[in-house]
Amino acid sequence: MAFLEVKNLHVEVEDKKILNGLTLSVDKGQVAAIMGPNGSGKSTLAYVLAGKDNYKVTEGDVLLDGESILDMAPDERAAKGMFLAFQYPVEVPGVATMTFLRTALNAQRKTRGQDELSTPEFMKLVRDTAGHLGISQDMLRRAVNVGFSGGEKKRNEILQMAVLQPRLAVLDETDSGLDIDALKIVADGVNRLRSPERSMVVITHYQRLLNYIVPDVVHVLAKGRVAKSGGKELALELEAKGYAQFQGEAA
Amino acid sequence: MNADVRAVKTPAEQALSAAFAAARNKLPGKGSVVALREDAFRRFDASGLPHRRIEEWKYTDLRALMREAKPLAEPAKTTGKVPGLSGVEAGRIAIVNGRYEPGWSDFNAHDPGMTLTELFAFAAEEASYRLGNVPGKDDTAVSLNTAFMTGGVVLRVKKGARIEKPVHIAHVFAGGAGAATYPRSVVIVEAGARLTLIESFDGPDRIDYQVNSALELVIGEGAHVDHIKVGRDGDAALRISTLGVTVDGKANYRDFAFTTGGAVVRNQTFVRFGREGTEASISGATLIKNRQHVDNTLVIEHAAGGCTSRERFRSVLDGESHGVFQGKIVVEPRAQKTDAKMASHALLLSDEAEADNKPELEIFADDVQCGHGATAGALDSGLKFYLMSRGIPEKQAEALLIQAFVGEAIEDIAYEDVREALLQASVKWLDARA
Repeated sequence: MAFLEVKNLHVEVEDKKILNGLTLSVDKGQVAAIMGPNGSGKSTLAYVLAGKDNYKVTEGDVLLDGESILDMAPDERAAKGMFLAFQYPVEVPGVATMTFLRTALNAQRKTRGQDELSTPEFMKLVRDTAGHLGISQDMLRRAVNVGFSGGEKKRNEILQMAVLQPRLAVLDETDSGLDIDALKIVADGVNRLRSPERSMVVITHYQRLLNYIVPDVVHVLAKGRVAKSGGKELALELEAKGYAQFQGEAA
Repeated sequence: MNADVRAVKTPAEQALSAAFAAARNKLPGKGSVVALREDAFRRFDASGLPHRRIEEWKYTDLRALMREAKPLAEPAKTTGKVPGLSGVEAGRIAIVNGRYEPGWSDFNAHDPGMTLTELFAFAAEEASYRLGNVPGKDDTAVSLNTAFMTGGVVLRVKKGARIEKPVHIAHVFAGGAGAATYPRSVVIVEAGARLTLIESFDGPDRIDYQVNSALELVIGEGAHVDHIKVGRDGDAALRISTLGVTVDGKANYRDFAFTTGGAVVRNQTFVRFGREGTEASISGATLIKNRQHVDNTLVIEHAAGGCTSRERFRSVLDGESHGVFQGKIVVEPRAQKTDAKMASHALLLSDEAEADNKPELEIFADDVQCGHGATAGALDSGLKFYLMSRGIPEKQAEALLIQAFVGEAIEDIAYEDVREALLQASVKWLDARA
């Protein structure tokens, strides 16, 4: 059953059309890879799903668990299970990572009508996950992403995902800027979160990440819509042939 | 209009002249104090209230903002308690309606490390200290304070004494109708001594009282002084507070001005580093809304070499409020190896709020490191989206970011309980906004 349904989505950014009738569905528990050349609309799709301002939906709809989310604020979407791992995680000076995680988790739980997590439960959850991701106690005490390396920022995104336990995780070029060791740690963190209850959309330009996070399906985006879908072998085909074939025919 | 000719006095200026004529023989103090008052009033009378064409007062046009001069406040008729800082234990010196009120105070007069004297008693007994001989003495607001000074204290911390518990000079306005107070105090921290000094200003809302306060702070060689000024005045108050500081060598001086109250507030701080090797941090945080106007003005003189100073101010401006920061760093020719950096950041929470930043460097030495930076802007929408994408509702995300912005300034306060109290006060301010 489809958990995420994107229906004929048209999106403009500053009067420029980026998504052009994109239709896509991701089943519950499915890991879908979205590949495509630069400018094909991959990151726009990620931001529109998360609810960023200045992305104007002119046509179409996005359903999460059967409900349209386009009128929801980003925090409401998050409480409903949406999570975006940013391509460029921002630095939040003055807000300690621990405070940030706890505020976010409790805000989501409150919106969902759940009790706040107790401090010991919360601490245990964070410590266990941080340990797997090689995130030190010192990093948890520091302000969110401030002074973190590129790899540390990406690991911090996965930590947030693990703590917030979303039902749909959208990973926007999580592999960009990572060396092979960092990539393995991040992929390992993501794989640990794979579950029949959790859908994932893995956006990437390169096939490399998909060696570590093996997708159930691969969709190729070109010119703002899905140009081709297939199994994981499609990623290998793209690696061999490049994106040129889609850039021509989608016009 | 001609800036140099002052043919007409404003009603406030006329009222001040009349008030001085009526009070000059009744105001406390004798001998040298009388001479000081007369001289100060003459200087005020010559210049009048500072206005926008006076560069130092460009953004706080007192002639326009101070429409009338209130009568001198009467002494408080009752005894009460002065508000403290939540969670901070301190010896409290109450200055009520501009006068030292021992009955309102809670101060251990038997601490062997300190002496406390009423201002005019001190002036009568101690010829060794010349009142008013501190940086900033030529400022017009200071002249007015000197002319009218109604009372205050002189606190002396003896050589090498370590005062563990903060001393809190609490200014309170306790009248039922608008009146003017001119408190003047002196704090002398002798060589090698340590003191955390809190100053606060409180008063009722909806009463247009006026405060013109001055504090002379003398920091001896190797002394450690933390001064935290908390402005929580009522919403119709006009307050001008001048701080004149002389710092000897190898001292450690940290100053923090926290302002949330008052209709019009000007904190003006004049500091002079007279001998080598001192480290100083002069910072502040302002959180204002509605039509509040808060001006933090600094003049930092590096008169000796090898001193380090950091000036860091942050303001959060909501509604139609107006935040002003003026910071001037002067490095004199002999002050080689000066290291001075100034930064001022304003966060604008509404389209109608206004921030003015005026940093100035006057450097006459060639081997120095000096710099300044100033920003003013709205909350970063990218940051807000990041927080919201994690499930934090918009108002809470904003509060968290504002809190973080202010928190980075408050972090500068060394004394933990005071730091906590001010963090709490800023949370309270944010809660009231939501």
